[in-house]
Amino acid sequence: MSNNQNGTTALHLVLAWGFVGIPLVLGVLQTLINAMKLFQ
Amino acid sequence: METASGGSGAWFDRSRTVAGPGFSRWMVPPAALCVHLCIGQAYAFSVFNLPMTKLIGIHQSAPGDWKLTQLGWIFSLAIFFLGVSSAVFGRWVEEGGPRKAMFTAACCWAGGFLISAFGVSIHNLWLIYLGYGVIGGIALGIGYISPVSTLIKWFPDRPGMATGMAIMGFGGGAFIAAPLSVWLMRKFTTASHIGVMETFVVLGIVYFIFMIVGSIIVRVPPAGWMPEGYVPPRQNKLISKNDVYVYDALKTPQFWLIWWVLCLNVTAGIGVLGQASAMSQEMFPGVITPVAAAGFVGLMSLFNMGGRFCWATVSDYIGRKNTYFVFMVLGFVLYCTVPHAGAIGSVALFVVCFLIIISMYGGGFSTVPAYLRDMFGTRYVGAIHGLLLTAWSAAGIFGPVIVNYLRQYNLAHGVPKAQAYNNTMYIMAGLLVIGFICNLLVKAVHEKYHMKPEADEPALDVAGEAAARA
Repeated sequence: MSNNQNGTTALHLVLAWGFVGIPLVLGVLQTLINAMKLFQ
Repeated sequence: METASGGSGAWFDRSRTVAGPGFSRWMVPPAALCVHLCIGQAYAFSVFNLPMTKLIGIHQSAPGDWKLTQLGWIFSLAIFFLGVSSAVFGRWVEEGGPRKAMFTAACCWAGGFLISAFGVSIHNLWLIYLGYGVIGGIALGIGYISPVSTLIKWFPDRPGMATGMAIMGFGGGAFIAAPLSVWLMRKFTTASHIGVMETFVVLGIVYFIFMIVGSIIVRVPPAGWMPEGYVPPRQNKLISKNDVYVYDALKTPQFWLIWWVLCLNVTAGIGVLGQASAMSQEMFPGVITPVAAAGFVGLMSLFNMGGRFCWATVSDYIGRKNTYFVFMVLGFVLYCTVPHAGAIGSVALFVVCFLIIISMYGGGFSTVPAYLRDMFGTRYVGAIHGLLLTAWSAAGIFGPVIVNYLRQYNLAHGVPKAQAYNNTMYIMAGLLVIGFICNLLVKAVHEKYHMKPEADEPALDVAGEAAARA
């Protein structure tokens, strides 16, 4: 899928995706916990 | 992470954002998410409403405190200016490039928060209307469309998935903003002060940094770039290889048919999204409690976000037109099923129906950029998308009005609360039938609207020139 990777390293990708992914996953988990109240 | 050398413009000019050899296109979706996750905060603005009604009284509203009806205008203004600015600035965003647009959106978004913070500190609501409503709304419009065409150009093989990822971020931004805002307000609130002003300042700074990171890492592909091994699809009349100029797109029936498809799909979804909590409790009195209803709304938000990614990805495989056919047909069946679920008292069926409906509401937003790419080419797709977002503004009025007024009408005519939404559901199903017909009428754009090579605007060729110099 990817083009030549010489310029972008795996570390760049991990940092970039982590920068947006970690807050998003935390927010989704928090919402999921609240949503579970529907089934209580 | 290289930029093309030789770019002569300022740091955020398009020519300085052309990717050099070895740049991975998978860096672009996080850049887009940096912007969309921030501006998605708009969906969580309601967490400030109650605290802002008690800025003077602290424990309860006092004379001089703002009313909820006054505060409701802040969000409405922001969404209105989202539609206006995306339509007005679409061409500028397209020609200026994603970095300039993201930088501008970051300045407006952070500036909007800071002006609003000042408005809170001197208790002037007009400053909040100006800050968050107008300037923040402009940031929403520019930020929303800023990465769209860039993603489509980087992912010609999977444009739906690529734009779906970014637009998913807009849906997911509220998941971060809501708990963060509540936590910050708690930190800054004292016995004699509610910490809304400080929260606005912190959010403005944090969002500015986040969006600037996005503008730093975003890149546009060199002219003629294609993914390795990618073979453009052949002989598909509904995927154009020609570009249409942004204002010529307005003259085509395809633009207006897709405008109505989006408007009707969003109208159907937005009407129930805003009323989901009340609707679930009134249709199942004593079964769905207020706490459970809040959980239901949270679950709907998750499906709204997930649908943006999943349906847009699906559209890469089954085609954009077929995806909207699924939205219309499945939506019709589900809306007609909801009254039946209420009649037999099946909460599970009710919940499943609405979760799928709301996933298709999100999917409608995220699939439409790729639909426009298929119809009008990649060159001005961001600007055309900006014009199309006026359908969202229109749906934002139609949807809640239909749901609220029909409910009131039914209650006034003696219909029990549990059945007050039945007619609304059938009307929503009817809207989707009209949407189905509009989608059915979408054909390939006539070649008279295609851009001629000599008519090409030079502004966009800087990308190719810079790539050639690299």
